[in-house]
Amino acid sequence: MNVEQVLFYLFAVGAIAGCSGVVLSRNPINSAVSLVAAFFFLAGNYVLLHANFMAIVQILVYAGAIMVLFLFVLMLLNQRDEELGPRTFSIAPLLGIFAAAVVSVTIGAGFMSYRNATANFPGEVPLSFGTAEQIGRSLMTTHLLPFELVSLLLLVGIVSAVVVAKRRL
Amino acid sequence: MVDYGALFVLFLFGIALAGTIVAMATLFGKKLPNRYKKQVYEAGSEPLGDARIRINVKFYMVAISFVMFDLETVFLMPWAIVAKEFGGAGLAAAMFFVGVLVVGLIYEWRKGGLEWE
Amino acid sequence: MFSPIDFAILLLKIGVITLGFALPIGGLLTLYGDRKLSALIQNRVGPNRAKVFGIQSSLLSLPQFVADGIKMLFKEDAMPDNADRFWHFIAPALALLPAITLWAVIPFGDLYCTGTVQVKDYMDVCVGGEQKNYFSIANLDAGLLYVFAISSISVYGAALAGWSTNSKFALIGGLRSTAQMISYEVTMGLSLAGTMLIYGTLNLNEMAQQQGALLGGWLPAWGIVYQPVAFFLFFIAMMAETKRAPFDVPEGESEIVAGYFTEFSALKFGAIQLSEYVGTIFVGALVATIFFGGWQVPFLYGDGFHFGSGGVDIAVPYEGVVALRLVAFIAKTLFFVLLQFMLRWTLPRFRYDQIMNLGWKILLPISIANLVITAIIVLAF
Repeated sequence: MNVEQVLFYLFAVGAIAGCSGVVLSRNPINSAVSLVAAFFFLAGNYVLLHANFMAIVQILVYAGAIMVLFLFVLMLLNQRDEELGPRTFSIAPLLGIFAAAVVSVTIGAGFMSYRNATANFPGEVPLSFGTAEQIGRSLMTTHLLPFELVSLLLLVGIVSAVVVAKRRL
Repeated sequence: MVDYGALFVLFLFGIALAGTIVAMATLFGKKLPNRYKKQVYEAGSEPLGDARIRINVKFYMVAISFVMFDLETVFLMPWAIVAKEFGGAGLAAAMFFVGVLVVGLIYEWRKGGLEWE
Repeated sequence: MFSPIDFAILLLKIGVITLGFALPIGGLLTLYGDRKLSALIQNRVGPNRAKVFGIQSSLLSLPQFVADGIKMLFKEDAMPDNADRFWHFIAPALALLPAITLWAVIPFGDLYCTGTVQVKDYMDVCVGGEQKNYFSIANLDAGLLYVFAISSISVYGAALAGWSTNSKFALIGGLRSTAQMISYEVTMGLSLAGTMLIYGTLNLNEMAQQQGALLGGWLPAWGIVYQPVAFFLFFIAMMAETKRAPFDVPEGESEIVAGYFTEFSALKFGAIQLSEYVGTIFVGALVATIFFGGWQVPFLYGDGFHFGSGGVDIAVPYEGVVALRLVAFIAKTLFFVLLQFMLRWTLPRFRYDQIMNLGWKILLPISIANLVITAIIVLAF
């Protein structure tokens, strides 16, 4: 294994551990911070894929903005342990794990066959790949419409926040 | 890639350093706990109730506005770097983007979403 | 990925920049500013009681700060009964981590040229050699975005510190600091977008290189010349991010004791304080890099001073240029640290509603207007 592979497995295991922490931990704050950790590991894997801009935006938007909102809401609600109810056992989580396993095996098999079909996939990407400049160019050309629609989406977000928090229009 | 490798090393170093500094807090220093030290400080009186209380929704309003305008900034930054390549058309596209969010800002302002009551 | 020698250089850079510069200079200097400079401004004496080997000596009161540090090391680490033990331990480290990692992209000097340096259009061109990155930990292509990202995750330290202790003062302090930091982050990002329009890059070293140009042959083309409004917006927003006076409501002692670190003692308290102090000096370094030429010395290029459009007026060896630039960068940084202290000890603390109004109703509209006007001017000419 070369360094890149070692780092990939390190980040992948970290991301999976973080995501497991989200589901398994009982304290909502622990879940939220586990998710932040998972985002950091994912950002590491983005860098390995030469998606440098995406890696930093991942941290900026998900870890730095969205999860701050989550943490804020958790702190606002401040649910006590007893409000969460007693620990119960149900078959649902086991079924969920089984379903997740089936889905990941299917997707994995699909990717393997795809990789075999495209054996001459270019191994090297140009140096400019994944930089902010490249993303800016594609936002201004190929993806101009989605770029403009994002602003409408954000507008909807602002309006709905006002409606939820103010309860009057 | 080398630069991102350097970042990775710096993060490992930072985690180790911050962990060491905080761990030193528990290693050094005598532990002489008593009832009063273990109480939370509430200006000298006995603490009243728990701090796990519900907080005003206005903090939520701030957080959600932040997420919206932060995303706006993130989308504008890639344009800002290459703005000179796209000239007037790029400017028009970005101004439409900013314009829609200014409408959002004005709406929130008019509805009192920015008031800190 | 790294050759052993590169790795050794990297570790050396990390060690010198964090352990040699940011933490000790940042900590000592800001502690000094907090206690002695404030005393000078407020017409007091300030702390001067520590003795060196039994001798009362002033020595600029430096022994006092060393004594404070040692005392803090041996203090009891008290924790309230119903605090969350795990997060009470992690939160101070989480506060300190961004303060360390932010330094990754700050260029303390230009890329070092192993060949000969020629000057062309106010830029150093490296001929017949490599450009080695000796003066920043990572010469990141998205450096400014990295700064923005890491300063946005520095919210967690304060928020979790406030939440973990299960104290009402701390919880309110944590919420206030989070709300304040995220409110000013928007302004910070939008004012940075204005500078990106000017420079056309996110790399902080390239930004500093571009600021070596001269406007009209005499005015250094520093960022503040192009983006004066963005400078003020950015500086105010960064001061609010550091949570120090006049933006220190999250830890306003007359209202909520010490805010989010009310229940922290010993080095846990030290780590939180240190992160704020390092934040102060980081603001100075970042403002110097983006708006004040970074390591640039006006009229100094790779081979010496150029006062006219002709050749070299005063020749300086390349090593001398590198040293001068390093000194210039640190001097600029310290100037902005001093400026922050002057503001800090001159202005009274804002009320919390004033802070939120300033952030959302004044700075945010101005920063959007600044971005739009900058874009129109840049793209029209």
